[in-house]
Parts: sequence; C-alpha cells; structure tokens
Amino acid sequence: MIEVVDLYKEFKGIPVLKGITTTFEKGVTNMIIGQSGSGKTVFLKCLVGLHIPDSGIISFDGRKHTELGIKEHRLLRQEIGMVFQGGALYDSLTVEENIMFPLKMFTDQSFEENLDRVNFVLKRVNLENANKKFPAELSGGMQKRVSIARAIVMNPKYLFCDEPNSGLDPNTATVIDNLIKEITEEYQIITVINSHDMNSVMEIGEKIIFLKDGVKEWQGSNKEIFKTENEAVVNFVYSSNLFRKVREVYLKETK
Amino acid sequence: MNYLKHVGKYFIMLRQVFRKPQKWSVFQEMLFREIEDLGLKSLGIIAFISFFVGGVIAIQTALNVDNPFIPKYLIGFATKQSMILEFAPTFMSVILAGKVGSYISSSIGTMRVTEQIDALEVMGINSLNYLVLPKIIATVFFYPLLISLAMFLGILGGYFAGTLTDLFNSEDYIYGLRLDFDPYYIQYALIKTVVFAFVIATIPAYHGYYVKGGSLEVGRASTQAVVWTSVVIILLNYFLTQMLLA
Repeated sequence: MIEVVDLYKEFKGIPVLKGITTTFEKGVTNMIIGQSGSGKTVFLKCLVGLHIPDSGIISFDGRKHTELGIKEHRLLRQEIGMVFQGGALYDSLTVEENIMFPLKMFTDQSFEENLDRVNFVLKRVNLENANKKFPAELSGGMQKRVSIARAIVMNPKYLFCDEPNSGLDPNTATVIDNLIKEITEEYQIITVINSHDMNSVMEIGEKIIFLKDGVKEWQGSNKEIFKTENEAVVNFVYSSNLFRKVREVYLKETK
Repeated sequence: MNYLKHVGKYFIMLRQVFRKPQKWSVFQEMLFREIEDLGLKSLGIIAFISFFVGGVIAIQTALNVDNPFIPKYLIGFATKQSMILEFAPTFMSVILAGKVGSYISSSIGTMRVTEQIDALEVMGINSLNYLVLPKIIATVFFYPLLISLAMFLGILGGYFAGTLTDLFNSEDYIYGLRLDFDPYYIQYALIKTVVFAFVIATIPAYHGYYVKGGSLEVGRASTQAVVWTSVVIILLNYFLTQMLLA
C-alpha cells in the first residue's frame, strides 16, 4: 500500500499541494483527476520522487521516503514503473533496446534472458515484431504501449501513469486503459493514473481522487462519482452535455 | 549574483557526475558511443581545417618575410610554433566547442524537455553520472589525440602550401620545424587540450541538463552553451599560458 499523509509542496512560496492525505491499494486502478493547475502532476512527481515534498509522509509498503538513504531510495525506485505523458522513450535506442535498458542496468541476466523478457512484455502489450523499430517510426499509441512495456519489464510493485491517453484517438485510448487495468489486476500492482480523460475515469477508475487547488476535494469510485453532490466534482466531470445526460440517465435508472 | 549561482550549481552538478557508474558494462557501452559521437565524428572537420589553416599560416608568413636578411626557415618555425602553441589546442577547441558543445547541449536538453531524464531518475539511475561522465572521459582522453593530429596536419598543410607554390623550399621548411624545438611545448599544448576538453564536455552538459521549457529553450541553451564554453576556453587559455609558460 502507498500511504500519503499530509503532503505539502510549494514552489517559490506558492503552495501547490496543501496537505493531501490518501492511500493507494494493490490491484486497484487509482486515478487522480482535476483541472489544469490543480496539482495532479506535482502530486504524481512527489510520489515517484522527482519532487521532494516540503512536508508530509509518503510511505511505500511501510518504507517512508523521508527515512530512506540514497541507496535505499534507488532500490525503491527500481520497484517503480512509470509511463510518461509523451512516452519518454530514448530516441537513439530501438524498441527492444528501450525495454531492455532497465534489465541491462539492474540485472545480471544474459542477453538471451533479457531478450526473452522483452519479447514477453512486448507480446503482453500486443506489439510483437516491433523490436527493431525506433520510437520515431511508431504511432502515438504504439509509443505509449512501448512505454508501458518498459515500465513493467522489471515487474514493478508500483505503476504510475501520467496522462497515458493524451493525444490518442478514442479507440487507442480504450486499448491503453484496458491494458493498464489488466496489468494492474494480473500482477497485483499499485497503479496510480493521472488523467484528464473522463472516459478513462468512468471505465477504469476504481478509486478516484479529485484535486482542486492542491487540496483533495473528493474521493470515491467510478460508481460513486455518478451520485456525488460535490459541486466542484460535478462541474468538472460533467462539464460536457454528453456526460451530463449520461449522468441523468444513470441516476434515473438507479433510483 | 546570478552568475555565481550558476557557477555553484555547475560544481554541484560535477559532484553528482563524479560518482561510481552504476553498471560498468553499460558505462563502457556509453563511453564507446561517446568516443564515436564526440571524437571520431569530429576527425574530418578537424583534419580539413587544420590542414588548410596550416597552409595559410605558411603562405602569409612567407609573403610577409620578403626581407633578404630574414632566413626562409623562419616560415617553418613560425608555422610550427603557431600550430603547436595556439592554433591546434586553443582554436581547434573553440571549433569543437561549437560543433560538439551544441550537440551535447541540445541532445541532453531534448532529453530533459521530453522527460527522458525524468524516466532515468524514476528508474533509480543517477542521470548526470550516466549521461555526462562518459562524455567527459571520451573528450579528455580522445581530444589530445585529435589535437596532436591537428598539429601534424597543420604543419603538413604548411609544407604543401609552400612547396607547391615555390614560396620556399622543403629543406628550409623542415630546418625551421626542427629549429629550437622544445618538447615541453607539446606538453603545454596537451595540458591545455585536456582542460579544454573537460570544459567542452561539462559546460554544454550543464546548459542542456538544466534547461526548462520546450524546443525554443533547447535552442537557446545550445547557443548559450557554445558562447560560454568559448569564453571559458579563451580565459583559461590566458591563465594556463601564464602558469605554464611565463
């Protein structure tokens, strides 16, 4: 379990996160939603260690980030997989080399063993036969899948995804959503997704945290989000006519 | 004050760079890649420029020493001294600062703005050590070879320029090359080269690593990197000459 207690972060005196407390459970797709500038990305970056919080505790299965030394921090990070918004694949490396990179860096396995593992994860994300392609030769959706493959190649305990659907067409976005959900359940990973995409939220958001101005405004599941009366959540999630109508129908049917 | 802040940040960066590589086999692979990118790929331009500049130095010296009381062998002597003491180590380094410096800055800067450096950090990799240390080792060990080649080709260029145009004969030129030759001058040039190589690898890396924004900022960082690397090389050239020759 990842436990976050009273997390604060500010930049040049401007508070961005104001005392966030929450937990993220194993095997569940946790989603962080909120308007641009609400602190989602900063929160995610604090979780993965790219930003150091000013105060508060982040605990990974009992290991508090503040109490870890540099080496222990590095070891913890090897248990983390991250899918970046733009993929963050290494341009000069092929798909195979990109995915093999963490294996080469952190294991003593032979090239053949590494290649087997790479082929296994590529198959898992439905990207067989893309081994020798360079990131520039792939579509946005394929790049995201390679990024997911790289994130899970080390069998991480924690998977973080920063807007995995941004810039993708609806079909590909659904494929990516389902893939993340399947992987989370199959490997019992703690998955935290930062998203703007309301489709994803409704489809795979088993636990949703809504941030507003750096504060946790609301928390619940994708079922509960239909019934919530929280004005900020309703205004954000149901800002489009389509979603408002879907909500009305859902509420009528469940009365 | 802002300059001091950058100087401090640069030295803090160096502390992170000089750590033990996390995996020697990966480091070795990176090192060979950097030797190719930063060294071997510069061979052509260095050879071309030094050969022709050596030729120009010889021709200009020959045209300016038309006094019969000045011996012709001084042309070879002047070409040798210019190439070894100044042109090869300093001006080749300034040229490398432009070519290699902009490459280092823009490649690391692009990695920064496309979150590739964040991806390294999230994996638990010391990104500065992984990206910058192989560049430093590659330049510090390879550039002395490159600069030695530049010295040789510059002197050879002078020889061909003079003998092919009958401005001087080969005996005079070779006598001038041998005249008052002090091996310490080579040592001095190579010491300068090693220091400049370090500067060429680290200042552009600093500019690229700490870039914020998008492609426009990467371009700006690249320009800044070339300017500052050249300025530092010229300043260090002065101080090193004072320390080693004066």
